Amino acid sequence: MDIDLITNILYAMIRTGTPLLIVALGELVCEKSGVLNLGQEGMMLMGAVVGFIVTLLSGSLLLGFILAMVAGVLMSLIFGLITMELSANQVATGLALTIFGTGLSAFIGSEFVGKPIEGLDPVFIPVLTDLPIIGRMLFGQDLIVYLSFILFGAVYWFINHSRPGLVLKAVGENPHAANAIGLPVFKTRYLAIIFGGAMAGLAGGYLSLAYTPLWAENMSAGRGWIALALVVFASWKAERVLLGAWLFGLASILHLVFQGLGFAVSPNLLAILPYLATVVVLVILSSNQTRSRLVAPMSLGNPFHARG
Amino acid sequence: MKRRQFNKLVTGLAAGVCLSALSTLSAQAADPLKVGFVYVGPIGDHGWSYQHDQGRKSVEAEFGDKVQTTYVENVAEGADAQRVIYNLAKTGHNLIFTTSFGFMNPTLKVAKQFPNVVFEHATGYKMAKNLGTYISKTFEGRYVAGYVASQVTRSNKIGYIASFPIPEVIRDINAVQLALNKYNPAAELKVIWVNSWFDPGKEADAANAMMDQGVDVILQHTDSPAAMQAAERRGIYAVGQASDMSSFGPNAHLLSVVDEWGPHYIRTVKAVMDGTWEAKANVEGMKEGSIVIPGFNESIPADVVAHAKELIAGIKDGSVYPFAGPIKNQAGELVVAEGERLNYEDLEKMNWYVEGITSEIPK
Repeated sequence: MDIDLITNILYAMIRTGTPLLIVALGELVCEKSGVLNLGQEGMMLMGAVVGFIVTLLSGSLLLGFILAMVAGVLMSLIFGLITMELSANQVATGLALTIFGTGLSAFIGSEFVGKPIEGLDPVFIPVLTDLPIIGRMLFGQDLIVYLSFILFGAVYWFINHSRPGLVLKAVGENPHAANAIGLPVFKTRYLAIIFGGAMAGLAGGYLSLAYTPLWAENMSAGRGWIALALVVFASWKAERVLLGAWLFGLASILHLVFQGLGFAVSPNLLAILPYLATVVVLVILSSNQTRSRLVAPMSLGNPFHARG
Repeated sequence: MKRRQFNKLVTGLAAGVCLSALSTLSAQAADPLKVGFVYVGPIGDHGWSYQHDQGRKSVEAEFGDKVQTTYVENVAEGADAQRVIYNLAKTGHNLIFTTSFGFMNPTLKVAKQFPNVVFEHATGYKMAKNLGTYISKTFEGRYVAGYVASQVTRSNKIGYIASFPIPEVIRDINAVQLALNKYNPAAELKVIWVNSWFDPGKEADAANAMMDQGVDVILQHTDSPAAMQAAERRGIYAVGQASDMSSFGPNAHLLSVVDEWGPHYIRTVKAVMDGTWEAKANVEGMKEGSIVIPGFNESIPADVVAHAKELIAGIKDGSVYPFAGPIKNQAGELVVAEGERLNYEDLEKMNWYVEGITSEIPK
């Protein structure tokens, strides 16, 4: 394997991992507040279709990305209203949101299939791009990839080193205790849900505006679900989400690269690696009751009823 | 099945009930023929399912209110498909097209339950008294694409994004390799299996992985235009699949091998209306207008385009046949002798690569 090939693989790894990273960061924050939103796929697709339509009509990628996030937020608010105000089951609501988003995005996007747009171009950071091996991987990407680095840093700092992050975790661990000491449980969970929606919308926009600049029904092809698995895989730690997203990215391109090179490795085997890893992590986590209690937010998936 | 498709089915169902109620009062001849279509992908894929839906629309345009069409898209291959096909048959559809290989067994099962309904299954090989098959000889178009690719490549590396290792896909890869063997034996065909008919992200990844390895012409047997776009971005050539993909890569687009299903659908509907339909294996290609190459990239040298057109003309009149002997397999053994041809029954079961392909078929 020569240097060029490794450079290219690393570059593709980051690019492939980016949409996963963005969605997973949103879902991580959401789950830290004790809310399990399985609607990632639906929110991504809505972000993808809205971002694409807006960019196609306005010619502005920036506007496309912003409205993709707005679409994600609106979708997440539907989820928020149903689970928070009506105390509906989060799992069922999230699943419904995915089904709804898949259908609605197909419906509003049907007129826009087969229309090309100019996608987001990479921005090369001078000098650094030319570094061997890691240059292209870290400094030859497009703006959303750079943004994903920043988002990771922000989420990492927020969860681990900030006071609002502490509030978020307290709400996710025990909303009743948090409520008793006067923390705003509802507000915190709403904000977390909205952040999750914005990230899913952004990731969707990334797919339809940068990754493959086109709209096609169901184009996220299960990436929202992979992101959900990723959060579990990462045992709710931001730094592991980052590594996991890139690892999933690597696994999903490696079997393509190997086939092109003519290696006799079963492509099917390579393709299942990320999922296998998730299952293994799940088994390890659940084999030890104390450990699994420690890593997952205690009240994940439980609705909160404010008691007077 | 998604909500809107479900709605569509329900509306179709309700309409069907109303119509059958009406028909008892009015003359029976006025009943429209109800035609159902089952698609594996979204009609918005701009590829395989999209083209089938174009065919459905041309049936509507041709027969007007003499037909009533229903479609169900995004149907998973397997148990789900059987339920969908059963529902269509149950709701009074007289003719049902199922348009993906994996619908073969479900279609056969339902066909046995509804002997009075006519079924046609695309790309399969199982038949019954009321179940016919139809398939396009996509390999004819692929062969022409393989020829053009062999002439425009500079790196002598040609990429092929493949979906699943089923005979139809293997056969088309072979058609391209046979064109390479004949016109540019130095060219190497790199095959990448993505294990999906439709995943734009993955198709683009595969295209990029190939281009990283020096491929400068990409062919695909998957349904999204993502590879075409990736090729356009990096300034190489690509061949469109199923529908005309030129808008996704004005410079990259060499040509598209387009499936036109309309002619077959119109012929079949007419045969069912006239009562002349019988179960058979309909194999149609360039001659029948089912496989079309709408245009060539202007940057292809004129003599190459001219020869490609000769090939098309030859395929139409039968003088050119991609699978004419001598053909050797990967081990170098002669499988088809000089002067012989692989007939369609053999091609339907093709599970081996021809000489020149270096990789193995995934098991």
